[in-house]
Amino acid sequence: MPENIYDAIVIGSGISGGWAAKELTEKGLKVLMLERGRNIEHIKGYVNANKNPWEFPHRGGRTQQMIKDYPVLKRDYPLNETNLDYWVKDSECPYTEIKRFDWFRGYQVGGRSLTWGRQSYRWSDLDYEANAKEGIATDWPIRYKDIAPWYDYVERFAGISGSKEGLPQLPDGQFLPPMEMTCVEKDVAARIEKQYTGKRRMIIGRTANITVPYEKQGRQSCQFRNKCWLGCPYGAYFSTQSSTLPAATKTGNLTLRPWSIVTRLIYDKDSKKATGVEVLDAENNQTYEYKAKIIFLNASTLNSTWILLNSATDIWPGGLGSSSGELGHNLMDHHLGVGAGGTVDGYEDQYYYGRRPNGIYIPRFRNLNGDKRDYLRGFGYQGGGSREGYNRSQEELAIGLELKEMLTEPGSWTMRIGGFGEILPYHENVVTLDKTKTDKWGLNVLAIDAEWKENERKMRKDMQNDAAEMLEAAGVKNIKSWDGDGTIGRGIHEMGTARMGKDPKTSVLNKWNQVWDAQNVFVTDGSCMASASCVNPSLSYMALTARAADHAVNELKKGNI
Amino acid sequence: MNRRDALSRVALILGGTVAGAHVFLEGCQPGDKKTSAATTFTEKDTAYLDEIADTIIPTTDTPGAKAAGVGAFMTVMVNDCYDENDQKIFHEGMKLLNDAGKKKFGKSFMEIDPSARKELLTEIDKEAKEYMANKKQDEPRHYFRMMKELTLLGYFTSEIGATQALRYMAVPGKYEGCIPYKKGDRAWAT
Repeated sequence: MPENIYDAIVIGSGISGGWAAKELTEKGLKVLMLERGRNIEHIKGYVNANKNPWEFPHRGGRTQQMIKDYPVLKRDYPLNETNLDYWVKDSECPYTEIKRFDWFRGYQVGGRSLTWGRQSYRWSDLDYEANAKEGIATDWPIRYKDIAPWYDYVERFAGISGSKEGLPQLPDGQFLPPMEMTCVEKDVAARIEKQYTGKRRMIIGRTANITVPYEKQGRQSCQFRNKCWLGCPYGAYFSTQSSTLPAATKTGNLTLRPWSIVTRLIYDKDSKKATGVEVLDAENNQTYEYKAKIIFLNASTLNSTWILLNSATDIWPGGLGSSSGELGHNLMDHHLGVGAGGTVDGYEDQYYYGRRPNGIYIPRFRNLNGDKRDYLRGFGYQGGGSREGYNRSQEELAIGLELKEMLTEPGSWTMRIGGFGEILPYHENVVTLDKTKTDKWGLNVLAIDAEWKENERKMRKDMQNDAAEMLEAAGVKNIKSWDGDGTIGRGIHEMGTARMGKDPKTSVLNKWNQVWDAQNVFVTDGSCMASASCVNPSLSYMALTARAADHAVNELKKGNI
Repeated sequence: MNRRDALSRVALILGGTVAGAHVFLEGCQPGDKKTSAATTFTEKDTAYLDEIADTIIPTTDTPGAKAAGVGAFMTVMVNDCYDENDQKIFHEGMKLLNDAGKKKFGKSFMEIDPSARKELLTEIDKEAKEYMANKKQDEPRHYFRMMKELTLLGYFTSEIGATQALRYMAVPGKYEGCIPYKKGDRAWAT
């Protein structure tokens, strides 16, 4: 069946899958992109994007029915009325929590590129060298210099707004004009810089929202509605739909197939390569086979690993890529839910215009520049300073005219920061196939067994205390700090389970993201990560994907794969 | 709401009462307990809730909560978003509130004039605050806290509340981090 043969298959259509499709099609390959969920068309598919608040019957809240249908998603903010369709209905796609793991998934064309937080930061050698320097897990097979040109490349295309700061732990990039801070943020930033003699900095967030039009891509600049996660009718933030998919489609080389659950990679033991994939059509339950010379696995961290685990053969009974014994292991996330906030006196004569879809960022300062803590690695903060709206605490007010008048004016300025901490790669944080449980398609589900350990718990103390201390030094009043429920998974930054490495005996992927055991299979989503950094990971997935796609096509031309 | 907004809400909740926060973050379990309390709303109930809401947020130079349809909004929220226990408390609260009015003024809430309504609800608001300040964490919220939260949320996110009482800009088109503000300027709706 020649119609089932392509040059390359890309599994998954989220941030990294979109990049793989764009790069491979632009290099002339005929590409089939498989997505397990439904299609969502750019703009047309964003059904709630232009609604006003009053057009949502529950004003964005959650109903009891939603709580029943989404037993995982309900654990945190994503369960809401406005973009419910962009999240997996948990009741249809169960998984096993050996220990609690909050897994927030988006099964549709675009994946979580539609709903992501868009914070886009480069990792540095502080991250890429950490495992080697500390003897943790295994060394990254790459350094910053290997990936830096690819950061340049993906930033230029995706469009990252930010400010150049010259910070070694957070390298500058190819930035579009930064967004402005509020008066209070500017004040707090200046005070932190002074108090900590430049060793701690508060900068404007670097975000994948374009602040100038991208005419070539047909994208308008950010309109400051802060409704990104409904899908942007202006194409102003980077998503598969706004950016990589149109580019891939334009080549004429892309075939997109939604409703396609890849159940396994087909492995040929003679050539030691994957020859194709088996697809279960989620709508008609039929099985199809597609063949290709190379396969990019971009199904999201845990689902890419699920596909590898489910691709067991008599040669690789533990799954494709399991020869090292590390497949499924070293699951990471960022731990969060800890921070501080308070009110800021003054500035009553200042306000702002527009809704900035971005906050401030405080890059890592712990275990850096001579600082030494009783734990490894560090954390950064995201947050912001704004004036309270009608939904503020109003204990002092009763009812009637006075209440109404007060709430129609803005309240005090507040400033809050929340930490994003690094989780170490622990071998025992692992995912496996649960052979006792199946989903609605009869497929064994994933069993997740992961937790934080001592290093993360110690770090959280600093995350809470440092947040309060810095805000205090910056003149913030009525400070309250918190260490809330920060279950693993809730960072929605799943990483690891098919790590890159230098040695096939201890890693699943080589330095070009090729599966050691089947070198025409490339895994370039979060599962490839060998450590987690404390820095948001998506930009690194983009860069690693573009780099791997370039290598794949070169190797293909040379006849090496 | 996104991650940043969620963070801000959590921060504010820790700082005190927030209109509607319950609806966004509580994640209350569907109740298992069966209740015999009437948990449906009649048209009369909606009219009654409209008057309660309008006493909390009256018409001034801008229309009040009744004009914004907050009574009906409350019924939707209680029906769809509240668990059975909270529904029961809300419905019982409607009765308790009316009884309190009868005791104080000898008439039902619908029969007393706006100033008497305000006097009554000011008292109940005080009672609710005292109850909320002293209640244990797993004890239910006061019914009037529910009514007040829903009124504020329903009103300020309604078209009238957002565009007349507050300022609403569907497509701001630009962002300025620091602009002058003078007392009396309205807050942004979102």
